[in-house]
Amino acid sequence: MLLEVENLEVAYGDYQVVWGVSLAVAAGESVALLGPNGSGKSTVVNTISGLLPAKAGDIRFNGVSLVDRPTHARAPLGIAHVLERRRVFPHLTVQQNLFLGAWHSAARAARGETAQRIFGLFPRLLERQNQLARTLSGGEQQMLAIGRGLMALPRLLMVDEPFLGLAPQVAQQLQSVFETLKSEGMAILFIEQNVRLALSMAGRGYILEGGRLAIAGPAATLVDSPEVRRIFLGV
Amino acid sequence: MSRDLILQAIISGILMGLIYALVAVGLSLIFGLMEIVNFAHGEFLMLAMFATFWLWAVFGLDPLISLPLVAAMLACGGILVHFGIIRRLLSAPMLAQVCGTFGLAVALRAGAQFLWTPDFRTITSPMSAGRVEIGPVFIGQPQLVAGLICLFAFAALWAFITRTDTGLALQATAQDRQAAAVMGIPTERMWALGWAIGLGCVGIAGCLLSTFYYIFPEVGVNFALLAFVAVALGGFGSIIGSLVAGVLIGLTESLGGLLLDPSYKTLIVFGLYLGVVIVRPMGLFGRF
Ligand SMILES: Nc1ncnc2c1ncn2[C@@H]1O[C@H](COP(=O)(O)OP(=O)(O)O)[C@@H](O)[C@H]1O
Ligand SMILES: [Mg+2]
Repeated sequence: MLLEVENLEVAYGDYQVVWGVSLAVAAGESVALLGPNGSGKSTVVNTISGLLPAKAGDIRFNGVSLVDRPTHARAPLGIAHVLERRRVFPHLTVQQNLFLGAWHSAARAARGETAQRIFGLFPRLLERQNQLARTLSGGEQQMLAIGRGLMALPRLLMVDEPFLGLAPQVAQQLQSVFETLKSEGMAILFIEQNVRLALSMAGRGYILEGGRLAIAGPAATLVDSPEVRRIFLGV
Repeated sequence: MSRDLILQAIISGILMGLIYALVAVGLSLIFGLMEIVNFAHGEFLMLAMFATFWLWAVFGLDPLISLPLVAAMLACGGILVHFGIIRRLLSAPMLAQVCGTFGLAVALRAGAQFLWTPDFRTITSPMSAGRVEIGPVFIGQPQLVAGLICLFAFAALWAFITRTDTGLALQATAQDRQAAAVMGIPTERMWALGWAIGLGCVGIAGCLLSTFYYIFPEVGVNFALLAFVAVALGGFGSIIGSLVAGVLIGLTESLGGLLLDPSYKTLIVFGLYLGVVIVRPMGLFGRF
């Protein structure tokens, strides 16, 4: 397994929000982490990238335990995390944002070529490469956030609600980019509230409810599951 | 009043303003990076001046020679302050953070008084001593050299922040620490670097200031006050803002002192500050 999360527990101070969550992503696999708003999806993925400390449990990448590594020492292993709400550097240009994404030495050595590849995936970013990121539209900022994540040459891309608030055409374009990345062998962990959308791209899914794993399984069985409908619609 | 006197005031105001600006930019950089206000900023200026003084008095090093040394000493001091004090206070309540740097300021001032007495000292006949004639006006050479070196330091800082990978990473950390960290940019190291650069600038300013200004334990208080005004006036976190605001303050002080009365000059500076902040609360170049 590329990523293994085992019995993860996470708390904000005394307020525990994630209880015994386990999940795994194999190399080249696409997996969805689903759950309604506030169910703990972002908390889990932020703990994987080290922004939050794990209270208990283990996180391994390629067999290496991550829990004692600071955030910045996780990216070089091949993990990219595209944070919820894009989080581009507003006062830097598109090109500066991208180049900063290639921080560790292996990525930095290839950053010119990688940027060309990303401009191929998102031609809008090429047109806007000298603009400040804050002047981009929401969709363009999301492209930039994903492009910046890809600049680190990750083996696993974790994207937290990338479709939130996007126009349908932009969402479609993004979907086709994810399909391209999958076909190139990149593992992707989709963090989503939109079950149908996520399961159309992922082979398997995990569903969180109130910080606990409720169901997990292949996309096909989750899509039509009445239990999933209950969790998301409360019926 | 003659035109020459006004020209004289304008030139010396700009030169002094450049020093204010370099002190202010360190404060602004540290605040922009980690939202910590360094209340001991003026005391580090004082330490830089005393360091310059003792290097001159004991080893006979002229300030222009000891400049890189003093800058490096202050930069190391910045790293020590970060890891020794600030780092422990980051998750503490706001009040504890204020008390941390404020307490440091009081301790440094008291320590300086204890070690070096409250006496006023000067560095007599530094290498840059003398006067230069610029058209109809005479400018003190120490001030001219100090202003020009400060301007050069600004240009270097600007180039570093906007043209190098590390400088851009510093900006990235200031703009979104978490986004920078998940990309592999080490937050802690960037913060320490911010302190090193911030106090390094103070080191340069203090060293140059000591070639024409009295050196005493309380010397930093007034400079820190003006630096706070410059940071608020220029906009928190903005480098260009600090430069413009510092020069504006220097000009206001010297022209105000000339046209009205020297005892009003601080009042005029605060008037300028209030005027700008009422119209533009985020300061001239601020982003918030
Ligand atoms: N910084 C925080 N401090 C305290 N509680 C938080 C914080 N962030 C999120 N939470 C709480 O943790 C729970 C899970 O949030 P989150 O992981 O953001 O859910 P999701 O991403 O699934 O919407 C929610 O109850 C939320 O209120
Ligand atoms: Mg979320």
